Formats: sequence, C-alpha cells, structure tokens
Amino acid sequence: MKKLVAAAAMGLMTMTTGALAGGHENFPERPIMMMVSYGAGGATDFQARIVTMTAGNEDALGMPIAIINKPGAGGRVGWNWFATQAEADGYTLGAYNIPHFIAQSIEGGVEYSADSFEPIANWGADPAVFVVAADSEFNSMSDVVDYAKANPGQLTFSGAGLFVGHHIAALQLEKAAGVKLAYIPNNKGGAGAMKAVIAGEVLGGVNNLSDAFRAREAGNVKILGVFDLERNDFLPDVPTLKEQGFDIDNASVNFRGVMVPKGTPQPIIDKLAEIVPTMFENGRVAGKMKAGGSPMHIMTRDEVLEMWAAREQTLKELLAGL
Amino acid sequence: MEFLAYFGDVFTPINFGLLLIGTIGGLILGATPGLSPTMAVALLIPFTFRLEPAQGLILLGAAYTSTVAGGAVSAILLKIPGAPANIATTLDGHTMAQKGQGARALQLSFLASAVGGVFGVLLLIFLTPVLAQWALAFGPSHLFWLAILGVTVIGSLDSSSVVKGLLSGCIGLWLATIGFDDIMGAQRFIFHSSVSGGINVIPALIGLFAIPQVITMFAKGRKSLDAEVLTVERHPIKDAFREVFSRTRALTIGTLSGSIIGLIPGVGGQIAGLVAYDQSKKMSSESEKFGTGHSEGVIAAESANNAMVGPSLVPLLTLSIPGSPTAAVLLGGLLIHGIFPGSDLFDNYPDVAWTFINSMLVGQILMCIFGLYVAGLAAKVAQVPNAVMAAVVLGLAVFGSYSVQNSMGDVYVMMALGTGMYFLERFGFSAAPLVLGLILGPIAEANFIQGSMIANATSSVGQYFFTGALNLTLITIVVASIAYSAWMELRSRRYTTKDDAIEKEEALS
Repeated sequence: MKKLVAAAAMGLMTMTTGALAGGHENFPERPIMMMVSYGAGGATDFQARIVTMTAGNEDALGMPIAIINKPGAGGRVGWNWFATQAEADGYTLGAYNIPHFIAQSIEGGVEYSADSFEPIANWGADPAVFVVAADSEFNSMSDVVDYAKANPGQLTFSGAGLFVGHHIAALQLEKAAGVKLAYIPNNKGGAGAMKAVIAGEVLGGVNNLSDAFRAREAGNVKILGVFDLERNDFLPDVPTLKEQGFDIDNASVNFRGVMVPKGTPQPIIDKLAEIVPTMFENGRVAGKMKAGGSPMHIMTRDEVLEMWAAREQTLKELLAGL
Repeated sequence: MEFLAYFGDVFTPINFGLLLIGTIGGLILGATPGLSPTMAVALLIPFTFRLEPAQGLILLGAAYTSTVAGGAVSAILLKIPGAPANIATTLDGHTMAQKGQGARALQLSFLASAVGGVFGVLLLIFLTPVLAQWALAFGPSHLFWLAILGVTVIGSLDSSSVVKGLLSGCIGLWLATIGFDDIMGAQRFIFHSSVSGGINVIPALIGLFAIPQVITMFAKGRKSLDAEVLTVERHPIKDAFREVFSRTRALTIGTLSGSIIGLIPGVGGQIAGLVAYDQSKKMSSESEKFGTGHSEGVIAAESANNAMVGPSLVPLLTLSIPGSPTAAVLLGGLLIHGIFPGSDLFDNYPDVAWTFINSMLVGQILMCIFGLYVAGLAAKVAQVPNAVMAAVVLGLAVFGSYSVQNSMGDVYVMMALGTGMYFLERFGFSAAPLVLGLILGPIAEANFIQGSMIANATSSVGQYFFTGALNLTLITIVVASIAYSAWMELRSRRYTTKDDAIEKEEALS
C-alpha cells in the first residue's frame, strides 16, 4: 500500500513538473471557464454564449469554453471575484463590460480597477440611444433639449442604473446641451427602463441600441439619436448626437469582450490574444449575433488596451463632478 | 380562434417528443431544490441552438410550466421550497406529508396547478392585447403600494401571533437591505464578501425552511423511530379530483389572483402563491385550519403559481419587454433564431407563436398526468428514517444553494440563516413572513425611490403617490387588509407562549 501511495505521489510530481517545464505550447489542455458577471439570459450572457460556441473547433482553441454566471450588484460581485479569487492560469477567462467596471472602480467600493485585468479581445459594441414612446411629441434631440430648457430639471428619462453606459450618456447630454435633466435609474436594468418609456412613466429614456431596435420593430418607440461617433448598421436612418449638434463621443458605448486576471503568464495571454479574435470572426458566430440584433465590433488586444486607457481618462473627468 | 389552426403542429412526432422531454425533465429539475424555473430554462437554451424555432420554444415552454409545478414536490415532501413561488405550498403541504398524506397533497397540488395553468394560458390566448395594457398600467407608485399590500399579508401569515409575524417580517426587510442598493449603488451592511451581492432569495429560502428541520431531526437522534412506523396513506386519484373541484373558493381565488399578479412585470411569480394563500385563508369558513395540513391552502397556493405562467409571458410576447427573469431567458431563446417578440412574432411567425402557446396548454395536462403518476411513489419519501432523511436534505440544501450562482458564499448564507431560524422557531417565529419581507423589501424600496425621483422632477410626492384611480384602489385594499387583520386579532386574541410553540413543534415532528 505504502509503495502504491509513493508511486502515485511520484507520478503526480512528474506530471506537475512536466506541465511546468513544458511551458505553455500545449495550452489549452483542458476545457476553459468564462465568468460572466450578469445573470443567465441577459444580453451579456446571451452574447458570451454565442461568441464562445466555436471555441472547441480545431482551428480555434480546440477546447470548449463553459460559461459560469456570477451575477450581483451590477456586475460588482463577479468582477470582485475575478480580480481577487480567480486563478491566473489562462483557464479562467472573464467577460468585461466597458464603461461599467471602469466607472464602478472610479466610484469606489470595489476591489478592482482597469489595472487588475488583462484584455484579450473585444467582440461587441452596443451604443446607447435616446428613445421616446411612439406617440411622443418629440421628434428629434433638439425637441427634447428645447423642452428641457423650458422646464429645467423636469425632463424625466430612464436608464439601466447609475455608473453604467446609460448614465454616462445622460451626463454627456447634460454637459453638451447645457441643461439640467432628471435621470431616473431603473433597478430592473435596460428592460425595466424600456418599460418605463413605453408605459409613459417617463418622457424618454437612454437604452441599448439592440433592445431599442427591437422595441421599434414592435412599434412601441421612436429612436431619436445614437450616442456614438458613426451611425449604426442596424439603424442607418437615425442620426448620431454629434450630427444633431451635440458634442458627444462614444464614451457611453457598451463594449463587451474577454479578459484574464492580472498575473496570467504572458505566453498564454499572447496565444489567447491571437486565437480569440479569429474565433469571433467565425461565420456561424456572426450569423447568430446578427439574427439576435447584437452589433459586433471585433478588436484586438492592443486596440482594447488603448480603448480602456482612453475610457478611463474620459470617465474620470465626467464623474469628477458627482 | 387562430390558435386552433396550429394545434396539429404540437402533435408531430418530434414536437410531441420534445414536449414530453421538457415536461418530464422539468418536473425532475423543478423537484431539485435550488434549480428554479429561470435556471432550468437557461440550462436548456444551448440545446435549442440546433432546433427549429418552434421546437426550441416547445422545449423551453414545457420546462417552464413543469418546473413551476415540480417545485411543489420538494416543498411538500422535504419542506424545501424550490423557488419563491412554492413557499405557500410548504405551509399546509408539508404538514399533510408529515401526517402520511403526502400522496394526497401531491395529487391536489398537481391538479390545482393544471387548473390554474390552463386558465392562465387561455388568458394568454384570448386576452393578450387587453392584458398588455393592464401590465403597463403599473408604474412605480402602484408597485410600491402593491409591495405594501404584500407587507400587510405578513402579519396574518403566521398563524401563532401577529406580533411575531410582523417581527420576523422586519428581520426579512432588514436582510433585504444588505449589499449594494439597487438604484444608488450604496453599500449597506457588507461585513463579508459573500454578502456583497445581497442575500439571494433562493439560498435564503432553502436555509430558512430546510435547516431548522435538519437540526430538529438530528437532535432527536435515534430515540424516536416514528418516521418508520408512519404509514403513507394511499389516496385514489378520483378522490383528489373530487376534492379539488369541491374546493371552488380556494381554486377560484388562487387562479384569479395568480393570473392578475402574474401579469405585473417584476413582481409576479414570487408573491402570487403567498397572496393567494392569504386571501383564501381570510375568506375561508375554516380559516383556523390553515397551517395544519388543510387542503385549501395547497390548492390556493399551487393554482396561483401555475396560473401566473401564461400571463407572465404577455409583456414579452406583445411588447417585447421581459416581465420576469424567466421571460428574459425565453427572450434569448427567441433571439437566437432571429425572431423578435412583438407584432413581428404574431404577424410573421404565427406558426412559431401559436405552436409555442398551444404546447404550453398541452404541457399543463401532460405535467398533471405525470405528476399524478409519481405522486403515490414520491410520497413514500416520508417513510425514510430521520437520520438518512436529514443527511439527504442537508446535501440537497448545500447543492441547491451553491448551484444558484456557483458561489460558496451562498452556502454560508444558507447555513447561517438556517441556524438562526432554528432558534427563532423555538420562540414561535416562522420562516414564511421573513422570506416575504426579504422579497418585498427591494420592490418597495426601489419603486419608492424611483417614484419619488419622478415626482420631484414633475409634480409633488404626495400627488404622485396618492392620486389616480389605481393608487387609490390599492390604498383602499391595503387599509381594508390591515383593518381585517386587526379585527380578527381583537376578536380572538392569538398569542403563543413558549410552551405552546414547543408543543406545536412536537406535535408536528
């Protein structure tokens, strides 16, 4: 018996040392897990499942990616876990939402910041749009701003919460138009904020482009403007805020992508950064994303690093006044 | 009558096969503590990637209906409500099971579920456009008053004492404040990282109901072997039919309040069962029997939580707004096939929409048949010796809490709350009001804050919360509900001494 145990221990030792000495050429050798900090069925979870569905293909990672949901407190629970407890071995990936986690880290009370994570690649960009109910008297952003100027602080409009893209867009609008607005954060996320607009509880709302597009197809809302640098392929007829004379950039666009915890070995980061974007380009993935009304925007690791840094700068300035 | 044209599609071999798989699988998943309907549906989404849209939805719809009903199995036999919808079922159902009437309780619950469920789906078929407007009518001020109405139920839910019921409701309200607050993101009472996301309702439910029972079983040790001498009464299905349909009052109240409450986005499923239970208790001529294994309690609770299934999909199917977490998951199932709910769904994909709705109708019946079939067998669980039972329940409790968010933190929360509840129960407090406080706290708070933000921007708080027909109606019901409880309290002073509580505890276990 003793001999057996000793032999097993020896075997185990050689296996681990072998893996260590062998470097990371064979990565990945087992299935990978990806943490999503929102609940099953939400937009981030839904898209994460689609973009990772081809991970097991031979031309991709060759190993499947399993989604693990850690929802709570607007994503803070999942990202706290990812920054402090996730193993930095390349087998634990996480989904990020910009500007959410950067805005939360500026606000404080969380255990992460942009420096706690290493981006791998970006898969999607969902801009914020301004929506009003289908029977609303507003037909353009200038109608909205004129109303707000005539009734300071009385233009109620909904969004998915504080320190998320919608809130950033609201702050930008206030600043660019020089008016005081009444932003009403909703505790049920984008869906709740959209319901408030359709039911007439508020005069307008900031919402995700993908959800607003669907609501417009259903005949419930009008979309007045896109908070992005360019018009979107899904809504070629809707002008950007900039076109309508408001100096607003893409700081509120909800970028979604894949990251790993700080401390993950560089060769593994490089390998993932090389393969993951090609996985997103797969035709089946693109088809499913398009069918679901989810705008794709593939970015490499270097582009994402640049975007994170730029975003942190803008958000610090915007949120400084709060 | 458009839906009749698509009935044939439900019975093609593949579709019907999927319906069977969804129903049976859903019953099993639903009976597993911690696997709520939302999670069961989310788990099945990847399987629908390769199916046709209608087939995928049949699978998801069948799983949704039968997990809601399957939750009654663990609620009745193990006293672990699988989801908030089943809390009210434990109150009388588990007591019946302990008396050896588990088979009867299960049969009643499946029959009542089917009646409620069929009614709910029929509402979805015939009244969707009307109901959609009704669902939108509830703004922040109305949801606030609705939550307050729920709070008034707390006092009368505990059969031993109004004061103790209210006290444990307050503990629940306090627990609900832990974590980041929903709207402002402020941190409250976060003393450990496992509660930073707040107290999740499902681990709390499992802990509060199952753990005190496990401790009691262990405490008894091998001294009493009563579980083994307990005879499980056989109960003919025919009698169950007769009983369900003779309890028309409970059945009607359950079905109606379930359908109405299920329709309101964001509140629905969680409190439908409890409100129906409370209402039928107040209206019943035998209200003192509630909580002692009375069939009306099971019938009202179960007909309500299945009646909610159909109407809860109305906002999703017509307005493209998911009104509940489960509806949000179903939305993902539709989007993956490029189908947008709303007018697009009924105009361009009527085959998908109506086949889905019809399959839920057929699913309710199938669920009832399978449920009745297993009821007799499942009730034998009551004969399992205490020691074994305690271990099994504890194992399921840990598994169920962990699986909600893959987090050990939830397991600690479950154990801590459960241990605390054991001592509270010794002093005559009960778990149901506490859980209700935990569920209603965030609803009342978030809607009050949102409502007052809107009110401050447009009119005044007083005007926003106290004018309008719907607000006034809800306030009237709140006042009536409190007055009724107060009157009942004065008429027959109910209070429990420690001795009574222990006596009751011993009589039950």
